[in-house]
Amino acid sequence: MTRKLRYIFIYFFLTISAFISVFPFYWMIVGSTNSSVDVLKGKLAFGGEFLNNLKNLWENYNLGTVLLNSAKISLFVVVFSIVVSSMAGYGFEIYASKSRNRVYSALLLTMMIPFAALMVPLFRLMYFFNLIDSHWGVILPMIPSVFLTFFFRQSFKQYPKEIIMAARVDGANELRIFFSIVLPSMKSAYAAAAIYAFMTSWNAYLWPLVIIQSEQNKTIVLMISSIASGYTPDFGVVMMAVVIATLPMLVVFFALQKQFVQGVLGSVKQ
Amino acid sequence: MSKGYKRKGLESVWDKWGWIFVSLMMAGVILFIFYPIVYSLYLSTFSTRGFLKTFVGFGNYTKLFRDTYFILSLKNILTILVIQVPIMLFLALIFATLLNDPKVKFKAIYRTALFLPAVTSLVAYTVIFRVMFSNDGLVNRVLMTIGLIKEPIRWLLDPFWAKVTLIIALTWRWTGYNMMFYLAGLQNIPIEVYEAAEIDGATKTVQFFKITIPLLKPIILFTTITSTIGTLQLFDEPMNLAAGVVTGSSVGPGNSLLTPSVYIYNVCFKYSPNFGYASALSYIMVIIAAVLAIIQFKVAGEKE
Repeated sequence: MTRKLRYIFIYFFLTISAFISVFPFYWMIVGSTNSSVDVLKGKLAFGGEFLNNLKNLWENYNLGTVLLNSAKISLFVVVFSIVVSSMAGYGFEIYASKSRNRVYSALLLTMMIPFAALMVPLFRLMYFFNLIDSHWGVILPMIPSVFLTFFFRQSFKQYPKEIIMAARVDGANELRIFFSIVLPSMKSAYAAAAIYAFMTSWNAYLWPLVIIQSEQNKTIVLMISSIASGYTPDFGVVMMAVVIATLPMLVVFFALQKQFVQGVLGSVKQ
Repeated sequence: MSKGYKRKGLESVWDKWGWIFVSLMMAGVILFIFYPIVYSLYLSTFSTRGFLKTFVGFGNYTKLFRDTYFILSLKNILTILVIQVPIMLFLALIFATLLNDPKVKFKAIYRTALFLPAVTSLVAYTVIFRVMFSNDGLVNRVLMTIGLIKEPIRWLLDPFWAKVTLIIALTWRWTGYNMMFYLAGLQNIPIEVYEAAEIDGATKTVQFFKITIPLLKPIILFTTITSTIGTLQLFDEPMNLAAGVVTGSSVGPGNSLLTPSVYIYNVCFKYSPNFGYASALSYIMVIIAAVLAIIQFKVAGEKE
């Protein structure tokens, strides 16, 4: 009897918690169909302002350009950072040596450094390269990811070394072994890493805020922040922007749940 | 002998390839991490106003200990750290334990739902929370309807409640994320351990404290350190939670949401920029992060 009660309580607790976790998603979607006043009042039913909010966002806030900016930044960060860090992870793991292991430990330590500590010199560096208010100024420092290097090194630990040895005996060049034998067989790890890189670049706020200054170069996250912190923001429009910014993440999450979780947690457990 | 020579030759060839493979990454890290961290140490001994640079030695470092805003930002962040991180990690552990119970059904649905907040961008979810917690917003309305409160709570207008809102928001966003680490760890504990404990008459609570927590210790340590570093860096949430709510230069009511990262950003880009002083501030943050990590290692009694 008490056992039954116990499970009733557990299901109650889990259901309430799950509801709280999911509710803001429902609410932002409802919000995107309502007027600013209704959003502020906390109206829970769908309204008829969906097209209005979308039109407003498209015409007055250049939604198209902003989305293209975000997509461009994310695309370059994803492609370059997974190539660079998977090569590094491979180098550290497959050609492990004492001196490289020391370098690797130093790399891992840098993960402790708060970004704010790098911000000022990075800003001056970008100023020197004439990359202030440009997308490359945002992209470049996001490419070398220590976290992804760690992630890939862990993944390559499970790769059978015999295959590499066999390819060497067949006379394949080391770069070829990596790009045409190892890389294609690690699709799951690459998908997880790509998701991680996509999440970090698409959602980035502080660094783009520092680098990007003009309206036409803004990302979707910068746009949300600037509309929402205006004097009298239209919250229907804000909710619409939030939905649009979250949508790609939700799609990737539900399409590739396993890799998504691996990518976000950085774990490589099967 | 020739064989030995040949092997040595191969090894040096492989060593060369090792450096080739890591070279792109190292170039990036040297340019975007190593150089900035060294340069900011150098810069922290100067007071800068635009292009004017005056050497002040340790001047910035003595100045920051008397800087009431910086001290306040540290107090804010430590309050949040001490309250929010334990609540979140404890909740995450409970969720993970419940979802690891073989008798609980619909696990996949609960797991997905609890993890879903980790999908959102920090700015996006903060904006949602800001609107939900506005004075006549959804949360106050619901609480008043069910009769928990009579007057609306001044969530974002009162220094105390502003911090509570931030803590609620952070817990919403990160509990499911941490739960996934614990779930992965729990799956490595053989079910027989719990069955044996059951036979010995250990209650679920005893099992939780005597089996689950000790066996998950490395993962708990890991999540504690990452959450600590994350909290010390808080920027997106306080910046967007405070926006538009209070006028003037205060970050949240009475600067209750002022965090070191927000303050450093403001010193750099808002008032009259002083990059030298900002560098000194950020160096102190690096030291605090390192000290906290060491303490956590020591408390957990882990080596390396």
